[in-house]
Amino acid sequence: MDLGLTDEQRMIVDTVRGFVREQIIPIERDLDPDADELPPADRARLVQMVKDMGLYCPDVPEELGGPGIDAVTFALMSMEMSQHAAGLYVPCYGVFGGSGLAQLFEATDDQKERYLFPTLRGEKKGFFALTEPAGGSDPAGAIETTAERDGDDWILNGTKHFISGADRAQFGITFARTDKSKGRDGVTCFIVDTDAPGFHIRRVIHTLRSAKYAMEIQFENMRVPAKNVLGEVNKGFAIARDRTARQRIPYAAVCVGVARLAQDMAIEYAKARSTFGKPLASRQAIQWMIVDNEMDIEHARLVTLNAAWKVDKGEPFVAAASMAKVVATEAASRVVDRSMQIHGGMGVAKELPLERWYRELRIRRIGEGPNEIQRMIIARDLLGTSLR
Amino acid sequence: MAEIRFRGEWQPLEADTIAKVGGHMGVYQLSSPKDAVVFIGYAGGRSVFGLRGELSNKLADNGRRDMWFRYEVTTTYLSRYKELLMVHVADHGSLPAENDANEQLGRLSPT
Repeated sequence: MDLGLTDEQRMIVDTVRGFVREQIIPIERDLDPDADELPPADRARLVQMVKDMGLYCPDVPEELGGPGIDAVTFALMSMEMSQHAAGLYVPCYGVFGGSGLAQLFEATDDQKERYLFPTLRGEKKGFFALTEPAGGSDPAGAIETTAERDGDDWILNGTKHFISGADRAQFGITFARTDKSKGRDGVTCFIVDTDAPGFHIRRVIHTLRSAKYAMEIQFENMRVPAKNVLGEVNKGFAIARDRTARQRIPYAAVCVGVARLAQDMAIEYAKARSTFGKPLASRQAIQWMIVDNEMDIEHARLVTLNAAWKVDKGEPFVAAASMAKVVATEAASRVVDRSMQIHGGMGVAKELPLERWYRELRIRRIGEGPNEIQRMIIARDLLGTSLR
Repeated sequence: MAEIRFRGEWQPLEADTIAKVGGHMGVYQLSSPKDAVVFIGYAGGRSVFGLRGELSNKLADNGRRDMWFRYEVTTTYLSRYKELLMVHVADHGSLPAENDANEQLGRLSPT
């Protein structure tokens, strides 16, 4: 693994860093500290800027119309895009676009025309709905939503919860049990249109994260055409697995970015703030917190880039992606916690982004597969044991 | 499961009643006449004096109308605010008259 950045990677990192500091942060200063979206005019202007930079939808392959940026460079970008208040859950407020629903890369040509390409052009929004009230960590076992064949359609019934973005989406990717006798081999992936009869959004699920809220959705005798099956019938779980594992890498990378910014803030504050006639930075207790921060960040950064490097090399990456997710979410949680401690009372005030990151990072250890599940995946890789 | 529709007693939008409201973050509704919601708002992380400050601003802008308010204290003011707007649209077909018609909003179909 080459630990140095190429000239192109350095240029992209510098470009994104400048964009965040010169375009995003000045607007963000006037928004609510929990905001998750830009005023429409600002958003349109910044999306155009990103397109002009050639970085729109950076993780989309060239054959699908994206710039085809490799996984390592995208991880490096994600570490920069997240360095602002909203950066953990909405890096740069989404103006870089992106695949989001990368499962659609596996779609048929017809499905790509109807869902993927309009999404990449910013014309449609989609959601991803896997988790159900019965469980999220073991979706193959917990899925109770059913789909029954009826002529050229499937009839869906069931409830999904903790689903982000469903209220504004035109379509969603969801999973339903199509063969109750086959466990994980009896789950099928569907693309559902949100304007179809039988699709309901029942409530907002309020959490620590006030922005980018989650919702409970319900399928009530919802008719889905057979042409909207994504992949093969009873093979839906395989679609979820590979892409979900891959997405854990940028998920980890944005945690590294937030931790980096929290550490920069802590260092600046420790140098400027004095107690008993000396700057905080001169106190060993503070120095050790800052050193521990740096070791956490560097560990998380290298583990995350290593997982991305394996993707680019075509090597098995699932365990490495899980490791990145665990290390980065837990390291960033510790870094933000220490940085709050260094800031004292201001650390918990809404005038600084630390309190937002502190809340949101707690969710990060559960979302995208809880860290305990990630450890099980790594254990399976090391020991060759089954999860079951 | 939490109640998604606003509950609580309407109080007259007057200086005396507003003075008893805390400076917390949260959401509020205004009605005129009573029970006819005309505005849903929130006191967020940048609100000076929180709910009390936001309601005081509304009183100052209100002119001479009779108006009522009710509020909820919550730190998840943004998601609750959006939820209340979506519930209002689901129940009444449109946003409250004095909310920004260009509000970026999803849709909800509460039972």
